[in-house]
Amino acid sequence: MRKFKENVCLSVLSACLLAGILTGCGKGADTSSGDNTTVELLNVSYDPTREFYAAYNELFHEYWKEKTGQDVTVTQSHGGSGSQARSVIEGNEADVVTLALAHDITAIEEAGMIQSGWAEEFDKDSSPYTSTIVFLVRKGNEKNIQDWNDLIRDDVAVITPNPKTSGAACWGFLAAWAYQQEQDGQDSAATQEFMKKLYQNVLVLDSGARGSTNTFVENGQGDVLIAWENEAYLSMQEYPDQYEIITPSISILAQPSVAVVDENAESHGTPEAASAYLEYLYSEEAQRLAAENYYRPSNEDILREFSDQFDLDMNLVTIEDFGGWNEAYKTFFEDGAIFDQIYGE
Amino acid sequence: MEQQIVKIKNKKGVRVIPGFGFSMGITLFMLSVLVLIPLASILISTAQLDLKDFIDIVTSRQIVSGYVVSLSCSFIAALVNAVFGLMLAWVIVRYDFPGRRLMDGLIELPFALPTAVAGISLTYLYSDQGWIGSIFAKAGIKIAYTRIGITIAMIFVGIPFVVRSLQPVLEKLDRQYEEAALMLGAGRTRTFFRVILPELFPALLAGFGLAFARGIGEYGSVVFIAGNIPYKTQIAPLLIMTKLEQYKYADATACALVLLLISFLLMLVINSVQLHMQKFSKC
Amino acid sequence: MAKEIKEAYEQDVVGDGINSLQKVIDPHKNESNHIVKYLLIGACALFLFIMLILPLAVVVINALRDGLAAYKEAVFDEYTIKALQLTLLATVSAVAVNTVFGVTASYLVSKFYFRGRQLLSALIDIPFSISPVIAGLIFILTFGNVGWMGDFLKAHGIKIVFAVPGIILATIFVTFPFVFRELLPVLNAQGKDEEEAAALMGAKGFTIFRRITFPHIKWALLYGIVLCTARAMGEFGAVSVISGHLRGKTNTLPLHVEILYNEFNTTAAFAVSSILVILAVLILIARNLIEWKRK
Repeated sequence: MRKFKENVCLSVLSACLLAGILTGCGKGADTSSGDNTTVELLNVSYDPTREFYAAYNELFHEYWKEKTGQDVTVTQSHGGSGSQARSVIEGNEADVVTLALAHDITAIEEAGMIQSGWAEEFDKDSSPYTSTIVFLVRKGNEKNIQDWNDLIRDDVAVITPNPKTSGAACWGFLAAWAYQQEQDGQDSAATQEFMKKLYQNVLVLDSGARGSTNTFVENGQGDVLIAWENEAYLSMQEYPDQYEIITPSISILAQPSVAVVDENAESHGTPEAASAYLEYLYSEEAQRLAAENYYRPSNEDILREFSDQFDLDMNLVTIEDFGGWNEAYKTFFEDGAIFDQIYGE
Repeated sequence: MEQQIVKIKNKKGVRVIPGFGFSMGITLFMLSVLVLIPLASILISTAQLDLKDFIDIVTSRQIVSGYVVSLSCSFIAALVNAVFGLMLAWVIVRYDFPGRRLMDGLIELPFALPTAVAGISLTYLYSDQGWIGSIFAKAGIKIAYTRIGITIAMIFVGIPFVVRSLQPVLEKLDRQYEEAALMLGAGRTRTFFRVILPELFPALLAGFGLAFARGIGEYGSVVFIAGNIPYKTQIAPLLIMTKLEQYKYADATACALVLLLISFLLMLVINSVQLHMQKFSKC
Repeated sequence: MAKEIKEAYEQDVVGDGINSLQKVIDPHKNESNHIVKYLLIGACALFLFIMLILPLAVVVINALRDGLAAYKEAVFDEYTIKALQLTLLATVSAVAVNTVFGVTASYLVSKFYFRGRQLLSALIDIPFSISPVIAGLIFILTFGNVGWMGDFLKAHGIKIVFAVPGIILATIFVTFPFVFRELLPVLNAQGKDEEEAAALMGAKGFTIFRRITFPHIKWALLYGIVLCTARAMGEFGAVSVISGHLRGKTNTLPLHVEILYNEFNTTAAFAVSSILVILAVLILIARNLIEWKRK
């Protein structure tokens, strides 16, 4: 019996030790905003927006300070769009999410953390800025890549991420699909054959857009990167005179979506700040900032101001042409759907 | 309860050393809280699937190919590590030469270097633009973004296991047997294979098993150097991540469970072979 | 006398790895042995050079690619310092917990016979063979919103995953067996006669441990701690799943490296990696000192 007591004593002791360690750290990680002079927001976003939001957070800090007198600090978190959405579902307490595609925000909605109808909460389907898919090739474009049909040539090696894990890859896939549908007169079987050839040319299938860009830029793999337009411009800026951007004849209007994560914002007491944070993305200053970071502003006037930067004559299909995200995801990217079939027999 | 304790005591003799309850308590408590309870979550999550779905998922072509890639690459990597680990342990223990300490000290480096850094550096080295990769590229061999690349990353993370398993055994190994064998006229090669290697074998196997298991599960360094092309260079842990990204928790945990079982069985087999051999050698 | 002669014969006079006894037995073996010796050393050196030194060289060269000023800037960046602090916190916690566990568990397994000893050691070894991805996942499935403890934790306002406690837990998990594994063979080899004798003479539990067991294991324990530290600092996969990548809050050094790399900031990424390399080298020096003292 004495042993048993000893046993219990020690278990309790070690439990205390553990609990001590855990709570000790828990305090350090506490993110709630106690007083009224500061407010903290967590923006969970996808890979290529780091530079934009780093700049935007300063802009919003000034705006919010002037408006309410509060100091707002925004913590940024970036990663593949899908994994970021997942972390929010699993308990990453984001106040706002700014992700690559509506599908990922819908997943958070389905987990019950965002109220339905979020897409109407802000203007333009809650897409304050848009982008599109372009090709990034090495300076001189030796392989003479001009359009989607060049990507299936035997001598071309393509870099693009995996649509199952990357938003950019989904948009790219759909853009290529739209192009070939146009060529084949809507013959899906022929288009699938085309996509199969295209993906046979893919050298490395990274899990995120940034991973692909690094594979193409840092490790010098492949002849062409299917990239976000903003990502392509950023690479040009980081490595001047090494790359060229090629705009294909057909591409897609990629609409990254934003939403307030209602459940978290309410429990943090930050719904106003969170909402204002996203609302202010539509202001002229923020729209200009987006354009400077190579996102296409949703404000048409400001978009035209940057007409020498963006190719405004591109023929852009939209996700609605595929019946919306849920439909498109089911048809193309679900397990056993077209993307899997391309890699199957 | 009291009676049971007495029974156990009688079977193995009286337990004289104090502190059994004490250490058992702490061990079981910490093991449960930190390892077993979290691990049980995988079972709970997988239990949401019925058996048929479970089998369908873990035997789908893509998942199976992931297992095949992970297992085969990690097997080869563990073999390479076994050979070089044996050589390294031998050289470090038996020979004296300048730089021996440095060589000894370097062995743990793969533990300390984050796998992501290792992955980035290895890709840098072995891509067809890299220092080593460009040499092979001239011969038409691609290393990065193929299974060879995956194997190299797995070799890297597995280096310490074999060396560190062998070293203590080799240090304690009585040289008399070797000398006796030599005196009796056995050649050096023969002495090595007939006298030394059997002594080392359990430790070698343990090291091999650990390196193998580590390779199967390796993610951080491999994703950078693998091309991640379905059916070719997608490793099992990456497939688990992909399932997660699609919000398919049950599918992901089903794959994880199979991976877990494989490595657990592997450890169990190796442990029992080791035990058996130790008993055998003592007889 | 006979013993002295034998010892004299066994001395490796020339220092070529072949002792005098062997030379007497077979003087012609020497040359081929020399060749074998240097071949082996050469092969090992080449292997280590290609597999370990070159990747390290890549880190160092790239870290200094843009000069010392850029290196300093990257290393003393606010977020780098924060990440370093978090890494150190996680490492210290993991070492503390695993030391307590390793010592008690190895004492238990080596000093007592009980049913299920083998199973217990196998269970303790699990984290060795588990994929880091799964190691992170299990904590999400336990403590996250989707986990079975999620609702309870949320109701009580306790944050574990995507916060520092989760990172510490994951680090503890991946390094769990290290100290145990280092101690077990030493304790097994020592046997339990001494402890039994002491206990029969009436010594108390803790005294026995402190006076008899501990002196045997102290070097192995230090070595285990060193290994545990090294592994804890470098952990990437498990922590990456559980961190949420909150800049300045839940980024450990290895995660910070990944982030910098993804920000096209390759030089800074390698500079921060070099901090880890330096720490690793320090640890390895400590390890060598331990070994040297032991002898």
